[in-house]
Amino acid sequence: MELPQKLAILADAAKYDASCASSGAERKNSLGSPGSKAVGSTGGAGICHSYTPDGRCVSLLKVLLTNQCIYDCHYCINRRSSNVRRARFKPQEVVTLTLDFYKRNLIEGLFLSSGIVRSANHTMEMVIEVARSLRVDHHFRGYIHLKTIPEASPELIEEAGRYADRISINIELPSEEGLAKLAPEKNLARTQNAMGHIRKRMDEHSEEKRDAAMRKKARPAPFATGQSTQMIIGADNSTDHTILKRSCSLYSDYKLRRVYYSGFSPIPEPASVLPIKPPPLVREHRLYQADWLLRYYGFGVDEITDAQAPNLDLDLDPKLSWALRHRGQFPVDINRAPREMLLRVPGLGVRNTERILSARRFTRLRLADLTRLRLAMKKIMPFIETADHNPTLLGLDDDSLRARFLPPPKQMELDFVSPPPTRADRIASTTGEI
Amino acid sequence: MHTVSPPADFADWRNTARALLAAGRHPDEVLWAQPQEAELFGGESKPPKPNKSLTIPKAFIEMARSAAAHRDPRRWALLYELLWRISHKEPHLMALSTDPQLRQAQRWVKAVGRDIHKMHAFVRFRKVGEDELTGRESFVAWYEPDHFILPLGAPFFRERFSNMNWSILTPDACVHWNGMVMEFTAGVDRSKAPDEDSLDELWRTYYRNIFNPARLKVKMMHSQMPKKFWKNLPEAAIIPELVSRSKGQLQAMLNSEERPVKPAPKNAYLQSLHHMNRKALEALDKQEGS
Ligand code: SF4
Repeated sequence: MELPQKLAILADAAKYDASCASSGAERKNSLGSPGSKAVGSTGGAGICHSYTPDGRCVSLLKVLLTNQCIYDCHYCINRRSSNVRRARFKPQEVVTLTLDFYKRNLIEGLFLSSGIVRSANHTMEMVIEVARSLRVDHHFRGYIHLKTIPEASPELIEEAGRYADRISINIELPSEEGLAKLAPEKNLARTQNAMGHIRKRMDEHSEEKRDAAMRKKARPAPFATGQSTQMIIGADNSTDHTILKRSCSLYSDYKLRRVYYSGFSPIPEPASVLPIKPPPLVREHRLYQADWLLRYYGFGVDEITDAQAPNLDLDLDPKLSWALRHRGQFPVDINRAPREMLLRVPGLGVRNTERILSARRFTRLRLADLTRLRLAMKKIMPFIETADHNPTLLGLDDDSLRARFLPPPKQMELDFVSPPPTRADRIASTTGEI
Repeated sequence: MHTVSPPADFADWRNTARALLAAGRHPDEVLWAQPQEAELFGGESKPPKPNKSLTIPKAFIEMARSAAAHRDPRRWALLYELLWRISHKEPHLMALSTDPQLRQAQRWVKAVGRDIHKMHAFVRFRKVGEDELTGRESFVAWYEPDHFILPLGAPFFRERFSNMNWSILTPDACVHWNGMVMEFTAGVDRSKAPDEDSLDELWRTYYRNIFNPARLKVKMMHSQMPKKFWKNLPEAAIIPELVSRSKGQLQAMLNSEERPVKPAPKNAYLQSLHHMNRKALEALDKQEGS
C-alpha cells in the first residue's frame, strides 16, 4: 500500500481521540547543537496549526501505527468486528512523516496510538520504537504524546515516559459495568492502577529534578510531565454526575492534566450493541464547562449535579444554572465580595476576577468600569451590586429570570446537530471561561 | 506644541519618551507626528537626552513593548500619556484595568499577542533546497501579519528550527536565519515566495482524514482560523469540499447496517484478559450483594 493511502486510513482511525494538546511540556529547543540535525522546541502554550471544519484544533500528527486490533470495543471503528480497511505503518514511515510535517511548521509533534496486535507488550514495543527513533536517531525536540496500554509491562510504560512529553491511557467509560458491556477487554481497575504507576513515576521525576537543581547536579533523564485521559460520552447510560465524579477522582488521585470528554460519534461501521443516536454535541460542551468549574472555580461535583438532577442543564451553562438555583447567595458586591464568591458570578471569569480584585484596591467600581472590561453585562447584572447598581430593581427574585437566559426556541433540528455556538460559547470553549 | 517624528520602533519610542519626560513635557504639549507627515518634521532635532534615570514599573515596559508593535498610529501618544501619569500622580495605574487608557493599551497588547500566536501557527515553510554536502535544508515562508510583529515573533522559529536555513517574508519586513544570525530586511511582495511544497498534497490527505464529518462545527473553525488566513494555508483549499460532503457522509453512517460481533480469535493474551475481567466482575457483584 502507498504511503498516502496508509496515512488516510490511519489518520481516519485516530480522529476519535479528542486530545490534541501540545502544552505543558518541559522547555527544550534545537539551539546549542550547531551542525547537528536537532529540530524542535516545546514548553510554550501549545499551538493549533490548523482547524478542521469540525472545529477541532490540529496540533499534532495524530495517527495510529496500525488499525488492526484484537480488542472489540464496540464504540470504536477499529474493533475486530468492524470491516474497516486495515493498514500498518512501518515505524520509519511515521518518523519521516513527523519530521517532514514538523519542518514545514505544520505540527507541534506526534500523537501516536495503535490498535492492539498480538499483545499489549508487543504493541507497546512498536509504539516506543517510533518515539525512540525520533528522539535518539533524529534528535527530535518537538512534542510527543504516546498512548499507553494499561496491561503493558511497567518497564515498557517507563520507557515510553522517557521519550514522551505526555502519556495517556483512555479510561473510556466512567464505570466498570459500562466497560464490561462495551469494551470487554478493558477494565477500570487495571487502567487506574497503571495511571497510579505513571503518577508515581512523574512525582519521583519532579523530585529528582528539584533535588538536582538544589545540589547543582546534572538534570535527571527526562520523563513525561503530564498524563491525560478520555471518556466517551453517551455510549452507555452513565449520568453526568457519574462522569464528573469519576473526573474528580482522576484529577485528585492521579493528578491528570486533562480529562477529555468525547461525545460518542456515529462511525461508518456501527455496532449492534450501541445506541444509534449520538448524544447532542452540547452535552460534551457542558461537561467541559463543568470540568472547568471543578478545577478553577472552586465548585464541588455535588453542587453542580446531584442525585435529584444527575444531568447538566443543556440549555444553560452550569455556573448560571447553579446561580439560578441559589439566588439567596446573590447579589454579590463587586467591591467587597471575596474572590471565591466573585468566581461564582455567572459571566465572570478567572482573569476578570483578578482585574476586579486589583482595581478595587484603588477605586470603587461602577457599572461603567465593568463595561470597560467587556463583561457580558446582561448576564452579570442580575447577580451583582456595584457603587451605582443594585439588581433588586431588576427583579432578581422573579421566576422569569431563568426564562431570560434560555436560548430562543429553535427550529426543528436533527438531534446530532448542536446549536450554533454563540460568541460567549466560543470564548468559553477556547479559554474555558464561564 | 512640541512635535516629534514617529518612532521607528519601541526602543526609539523609549528614548524619545524618556527625554520628553525628563524635560517635563506634559502629554498635551507633545504632538506625535503620523508616519505620512514624517518628512515635514524631518529636520526636527531630538530632545536632549535625560540625565537622571527613571524607575518605571517593569509591567509597564513589558506592556509598552508589545503595544508598540500594534499598527494603530495613536499608540505612541497614548503610551507616553500612560508613562506620564505613572511617573507623576498615579504610580498604581498598572493595577487599574478599568482605566480607559490602560484598557486601550491592554487591548493592543492582546491583539499583538494573538497576532504573534497566529504567526507561529500559520507560517508555512516551503522547502527550497538542500545543501549537497551537509544536508542542511532551506525553507521559505510567506506571511501577512496584522501588526509589526516580525521581530517579536521570529525568535520562536530560531529556537525551533536552528539547524535549517529559513526566511519568513512579509509585506512589511523579512527575516532570514542562516544558523548564526537573524537578519532583518525590507518587506517584499508575495511573488518572491514559493507557492507550493512537495508535501502539500500529503498534508491535505492528513487534514481530510482527521476531520470528522459527523461533528460539523464550521463557525467554530471560522472563529479560530478566520478566512483571511486561508489563502496561505495549503489545506484550506479543500474546506468547501469537506463541508459540502459531510452531510451525505453522516447520513450514510446513520443508514449503514450494524455489524454483528465477531467471535474472539484464539489468542492466549486475549483469553487471559477475558478471564481476569470475569473475575473482577464477579468480585464486584459479590461486593454489591453483601
Ligand atoms: S483497543 Fe479498543 S479502542 Fe483501542 S483500537 Fe482497539 S478496539 Fe479501538
